[in-house]
Amino acid sequence: MPGADAARLAEILESRRADISATWLEAVITELRGRTTRSEAGREQDEILDALVGGLHQGGLRLTDPAFDGLRGLLADLSSTRARLGFTPRETAVGVLALKEGLYALAADEAGTALADLMALVRLVDDLGLFTFESFAAAREAIIAEQAEQLLELSTPVVKLWEGVVAVPLVGTLDSARTQVVMEKLLQTLVDTGSEHAIIDITGVPAVDTQVAQHLLKTVVAARLMGAECTISGIRPQIAQTIVALGIEFGDISTKATLADALVAALRANGAARAATA
Amino acid sequence: MDAVPILKLGSTLLVSIQVDLQDQTALQLQEDLAERITRTGARGVLIDISGLEIVDSFIGRMLSSIAGISRVLDATTVVVGMRPAVAITMVELGLQLDGVQTALDVEKGLRMLRPADATSPEALLLRLDADRA
Amino acid sequence: MTAVEPDAAQRLAITTDGDVVRVRQAVRALAQAARLSLVDQTKLVTAASELARNTLIYGGGGEAVLAELADGRRTGVRVEFRDDGPGIPDLDQAMTDGWTSGSGLGLGLSGARRLVEQFSIDTAPGQGTRVTIASWSR
Repeated sequence: MPGADAARLAEILESRRADISATWLEAVITELRGRTTRSEAGREQDEILDALVGGLHQGGLRLTDPAFDGLRGLLADLSSTRARLGFTPRETAVGVLALKEGLYALAADEAGTALADLMALVRLVDDLGLFTFESFAAAREAIIAEQAEQLLELSTPVVKLWEGVVAVPLVGTLDSARTQVVMEKLLQTLVDTGSEHAIIDITGVPAVDTQVAQHLLKTVVAARLMGAECTISGIRPQIAQTIVALGIEFGDISTKATLADALVAALRANGAARAATA
Repeated sequence: MDAVPILKLGSTLLVSIQVDLQDQTALQLQEDLAERITRTGARGVLIDISGLEIVDSFIGRMLSSIAGISRVLDATTVVVGMRPAVAITMVELGLQLDGVQTALDVEKGLRMLRPADATSPEALLLRLDADRA
Repeated sequence: MTAVEPDAAQRLAITTDGDVVRVRQAVRALAQAARLSLVDQTKLVTAASELARNTLIYGGGGEAVLAELADGRRTGVRVEFRDDGPGIPDLDQAMTDGWTSGSGLGLGLSGARRLVEQFSIDTAPGQGTRVTIASWSR
């Protein structure tokens, strides 16, 4: 940036700090009416200004410079907290962008501040604003991902139906991600409970596509590899037709019309096994 | 790397693979088992793989080989303790354990090997376990 | 492979049986650090085991280069297997299921590809082989 010098920019901010801070604070309080207290906003601003000036003193001019590592970290934390507290993107970014109000006041004030320097500072603050916004968006996405995972966990209950028999009743539309989670949970439950029979009931599933059917098949094969048997129950006529139409080979996969039928079959198999080794 | 220990319980040989197996160690185990089955006239081989974090094509082939060799020597092989993540990976890889029977754990594996002799150590162990349950 | 360049790569020589185990363990460690799910970790380590063995047996020895990946949202692991061996003459055939080389050892390439998120292979007769795999956290 021709003409701009980090040290000079730092000096400008430091010499006019009080005025800049005051104008900045007023702008923020106006925007964030009630969302934050004056003292809290003031404290935040002091931290940001300290980090900004400190970075400038170390020769930083663009936000990506290593001199501004501390400032970036500070802004990322701030955005993350605001995201979790439910602040809107505007409320979060404005806290930083309003610093420009303080800078504009400098231009109006005295002819002493070179235009080039002012522009450099304003550009830097724009960078800060953008960065804040990006961090905010990333934090929000992380929260959504967490919630999606929790939802997935809650909606795939594996229950122990009887000694040696576990079942997972699937309800609603299945997607690839959910089916995989079910698969893993079911297999782990077999190990945890020492059950040799698993039943996947799809009575509550309106439709099954190729991918989901493949996942179900893989679950059955995996269970067998582990030394357990897996039955699929509740296959409705429409789904049976889809499976055949898709050309999916269900081969020797055990299927039963209802969960009850599957349970009876599993218990019989268990009883037979026990009798054989008595 | 040390050889995998083989324990004898009545007419069953027990192998518990606890460590990340080097290929050479796996081959050694195969040889050792063949020799032990012949020498002791064992009728069953139980391999516990609950300690294995992965089963790749080499280990898979080893398990199938052991099962094949045992069968020729008139013994049955059961592999137990496969972890769910391992099973899922093997299905994805398309690895089939040809000729290998599997059970969830050692107890169920021993039950599968079904000792004909009710006074054999394995049978006594199973009855003790059942009484305790 | 689109990703921010990793800061530091880990190089492991593959010249013995024991090296294959070391590669598995190193890949496992990185996969855990990158927070891959247990199943994805297992798949990645299994693929790495297959490819490391290929490098040793078919490639006459070589090295594995491991790196952590990050793209701002997810973290991942990339492993590159390199050897100056004979190269694979018919790649299409090698990539079909069930293909095995003359020594009876399956190259397991097609299987390994199914286990990872990203897979690329660079090989030609007499020019060695380079296989790169990568998997990411969800």
